[in-house]
Amino acid sequence: MNLKELYQEIILEHGKNPRNLRKTENFNKDAKGNNPLCGDNVHVYLKLNDQRKVEDISFEGSGCAISMASASIMTDLIKGKSDNEAKEIIEDFLGMIKENPELKNNILKEDDKTKLMCLSGVKQYPMRVKCATLSWHTLVSAMENDGKEITTEN
Amino acid sequence: MNINNIRKEFPIFDEKIQNNDLVYLDSANSSQKPKVVLDRINDFYSKQFSNVGRSIHYLAVAATNLYENTRTSVQKYINAKDKNEIVFTKGATEALNLVANTLGQAILEPNDEILITELEHHSNYVPWHFLRKSKNIKIKFAEINEDGDIPIENIEKEITDKTKVIAITHLSNVTGAVLPIKEITQLAHSKGIVVVVDGCQGGPHLKLDMQDLGCDFYAISCHKMYGPTGLGVLYGKKKWLEQLPPYQGGGGMINEVKKDRISYGELPNKYEAGTMATAQVIAFDQSIKFLESIGIDNVIKHEKELIEYGQEILKKNNSVKLIGNPKERGGVLSFTVEGVHPHDIATILDETGVAIRAGHHCCQILHDKLGIPASARASLGVYNTKDDLDKLNEGINNCKKIFDL
Ligand SMILES: Cc1ncc(COP(=O)(O)O)c(C=O)c1O
Repeated sequence: MNLKELYQEIILEHGKNPRNLRKTENFNKDAKGNNPLCGDNVHVYLKLNDQRKVEDISFEGSGCAISMASASIMTDLIKGKSDNEAKEIIEDFLGMIKENPELKNNILKEDDKTKLMCLSGVKQYPMRVKCATLSWHTLVSAMENDGKEITTEN
Repeated sequence: MNINNIRKEFPIFDEKIQNNDLVYLDSANSSQKPKVVLDRINDFYSKQFSNVGRSIHYLAVAATNLYENTRTSVQKYINAKDKNEIVFTKGATEALNLVANTLGQAILEPNDEILITELEHHSNYVPWHFLRKSKNIKIKFAEINEDGDIPIENIEKEITDKTKVIAITHLSNVTGAVLPIKEITQLAHSKGIVVVVDGCQGGPHLKLDMQDLGCDFYAISCHKMYGPTGLGVLYGKKKWLEQLPPYQGGGGMINEVKKDRISYGELPNKYEAGTMATAQVIAFDQSIKFLESIGIDNVIKHEKELIEYGQEILKKNNSVKLIGNPKERGGVLSFTVEGVHPHDIATILDETGVAIRAGHHCCQILHDKLGIPASARASLGVYNTKDDLDKLNEGINNCKKIFDL
């Protein structure tokens, strides 16, 4: 195990100064997620325009450095993408955290992929995987807009 | 009391945990087990095993006697009047569910009030919450003061002529506050209110004397008292256990079963339906002997020294904020570190073998009140040393370094 791999500079920086930590005005999709184990929670807001492009995405909530950084990086990378592209990125990220050594999508630029890969350190910390994935699962729920509250225990 | 000898009784301290010596500061969650307890489980299964209370062959009778011996040991240890006031359960959680459920059936009417506190663990809230739905009873919360204590006035304030039960923790698993159960019980009884105590943290850290406390029910978690998992104890005054209905139905708890009628067994069988955690009960006798061999007064003295030392070093560490400053604190130091989330603290400490807990510790009401989603908690057992607390402090400093604070 290696703390340096878990707490990389980018993670610490995003954890300290999370991007898009606010509430999107005129959002048209949103969902809440929580981690009952630790009480962490996140609320993701999304504005999809008529061309089904993510015009804005933001989040509110509190959590550990990993979960804040993950939500921060996620919102940064998803903004401006189409909903299909967003779905592909989400699936790719969750697949990488779960088992894949690399990201496979061709949507993100290399340096964005590098940023995302910084979160791969959690793979060595099974109890922390949920911290990294909560906001992503919540985003899925928001996009499907089924209003279902996500909990990491499901 | 010789701490080195005590530590030697716990085999886990001979293990390397991810190449580190173990600094175990999570005993409020569950304590480590002394060798005598582990050996007893193994011995019982290897040499003496049989189910209890059913067959009449030699092993069955011997096992039943061993099982009942533990009941007598517990009775003596907590100074209960009668051995039938001791009921074994699968944990304190089940003990509290048993009380809430049966009191709910027997004495509670719609609009009656249960008074609990903001310190309660979910297992002393959720079972009462069920009665909101099924019986339309109300739950009130006695508030903590700024020290994380519940002064008796805060209890008294919430009592109305509808209050039927006060369900309250003996020792908070977050702030460490020791509550004045004796005084609360006197107050409650003067108004005809039943007192149920969540004694999970009282069990390992305080002297247990049911005659002195006077409460009607007291729930104990054996796995926090150097005993096996899967076992709890419910102490209940005989007049209550006799009067209340059974909780679970099945073998062992009956007297006579006919197609048109069933009568229930006497205490304590009435509340011990099905095959019980036999080996755990028998091994728990060793946990009590272990505690008695040290002497609870020595345990209290040792842990008090550690708590004072822990408070001292953590108060000196700027950016650490201790949660609560109760008049009497037992066994628990919860804290936050400015700029580092408790989960990150726990992960970083773990890297050097320091095991703490992070989260809301099953006390979400309390954390909401404190305005924090989570806290870090170092909790003590009889095997801890000042050195353990120094390592905790070093770990916190390491967090600050990683987070550049
Ligand atoms: C104060 C308190 N009450 C209840 C419980 C639950 O006890 P058990 O694990 O025996 O069900 C705990 C332990 O987590 C506790 O600390």
